Amino acid sequence: MSDWLIEDWLASACADADRRGLPGLKPLLSALADATRALRAVDWYEALSATPPAWPSATRGLPALSAVEGKTPGDGEPR
Amino acid sequence: MTAPLHFHTITELAPLVAAGHIRSEVLTRSCLAEIAAHDDALRAFITVLGDDALAQARALDAEIAAGRCRGPLHGIPISLKDLIDQRGVPTTAASRVREGHVAAGDATVTARLREAGAVFVGKTNLHEFAFGTTSDDSAYGAVHNPHDPERSPGGSSGGSAVAIVTGMSIASIGTDTGGSIRIPSAACGTVGLKPTWGELPCDGIVPLSRSLDHVGPLARSVADAWLLYLVMRGDATAARWPLPMRRATRGLRLGIPRAYFHDMLDDEVRGRFAESLTWLRQAGAEMVDVTIPHAAWTAPVYSHASLPEASAYHAATIAACPERYTPNVRLRIETGRYLLAEDHARAQIAREVLRADVDRALAGCDALALPTLPIPAPPIGAGTVDVAGTPESVRSMMLRLTQLFNLTGHPAISIPAGSTEAGLPCGFQLVGRRHDTEGLLAAAAACEPHLTA
Repeated sequence: MSDWLIEDWLASACADADRRGLPGLKPLLSALADATRALRAVDWYEALSATPPAWPSATRGLPALSAVEGKTPGDGEPR
Repeated sequence: MTAPLHFHTITELAPLVAAGHIRSEVLTRSCLAEIAAHDDALRAFITVLGDDALAQARALDAEIAAGRCRGPLHGIPISLKDLIDQRGVPTTAASRVREGHVAAGDATVTARLREAGAVFVGKTNLHEFAFGTTSDDSAYGAVHNPHDPERSPGGSSGGSAVAIVTGMSIASIGTDTGGSIRIPSAACGTVGLKPTWGELPCDGIVPLSRSLDHVGPLARSVADAWLLYLVMRGDATAARWPLPMRRATRGLRLGIPRAYFHDMLDDEVRGRFAESLTWLRQAGAEMVDVTIPHAAWTAPVYSHASLPEASAYHAATIAACPERYTPNVRLRIETGRYLLAEDHARAQIAREVLRADVDRALAGCDALALPTLPIPAPPIGAGTVDVAGTPESVRSMMLRLTQLFNLTGHPAISIPAGSTEAGLPCGFQLVGRRHDTEGLLAAAAACEPHLTA
């Protein structure tokens, strides 16, 4: 799912929080959206199927890290 | 023994109780006196079982007088996190949501401890429903760190760690879903063990996220934690006395994961950890750098794995009586209701990747070694804390080095490892192979004597 769909989800969730009288929820939802972007940045199925490298060169053979290098994944908590 | 008796370890006290040299009633009275003297200020306990605990102690003393000793836990006063059922006693989970609840029976771990002769002095305070890392948000008031009452003791098992440090109980039983045994252990200076996931039964314990929940001991030594673990495991080997000798430090091989785990550390925490490695090296341990390739994704994987499970458990009560939750915990539960199913499923696959990462890092090592907490205990109520000049979320920092091993199920233990200049404890965390919690305990016992100056 692309970022704009996460944005769509976030807008909808924030509107629902407002409707329910829970504006304090919006920073948490925004942080969760950041965490979701980070989670989706890795193809976990591909990572799982990759051949385990021989110890101790444990990074060899695992894909997808380069796609998100430099990003610091969030955890769903506001900073 | 120079300190008062109720500040000693189970392994020191057990032979004296068994021989009738110390009565359980005396130990129990001493713990209850500490609670009476200090708990108004520290708020470590939600329920104190004064008369009931003394009755348990007298009955166990009578057994000793009659020649029956149940084992090393016989007559030892301990406490239970108030998430764990004890028959006839409320399990509040530190929440007004559970007002009026009284446990109909014992949790399995409670029953096993009772059968082993433990005396239950009370139920300890926690972060409401274990859904937090500071023990600030409790319907019974924030728990205070005895090393600095303006600071958090960590959480969610904060009251358990405080009880041990202050002599209110000799050990305690906590739960750990993202670090809730190890975090308060590090912040208060106790030993805290999270066994391999699934080893100890969690029935009779209020869940947070079932696939991440663990129950385990907080104690004054690795040997005490080992003993409590064996008893709660229900293994006949719990009767072993004395405990098996620890393995030699010489030749112990520790894997040191640095990338991610050392990226955000308080300077003093970094310094204490480096000192610990130096002392262990001098004692003959070997260190090898290891990598956990996807460690940087721990936090987003954790939130997507844990939040929906917590929200599912609380769905009925958050709808019926949301005002009974503390505001922060309510919002966290509500957040999980918005998370998409496909992302929860994605997180489950990511957990398998992380599990394989940690398994690979452990290949060729006896254990992984890393700090337990990247920061010393934060001020009560703080939302952010300064780490190397950058404000960081307290919750993120508290969970940063522990939650990975809840996702993967590996056993992990925090051992006291010195203090900051302000006297705030630092924790040294060891992580072992899955389904080899005793191997981890043996490694921890080998490290323990070398971790404090």
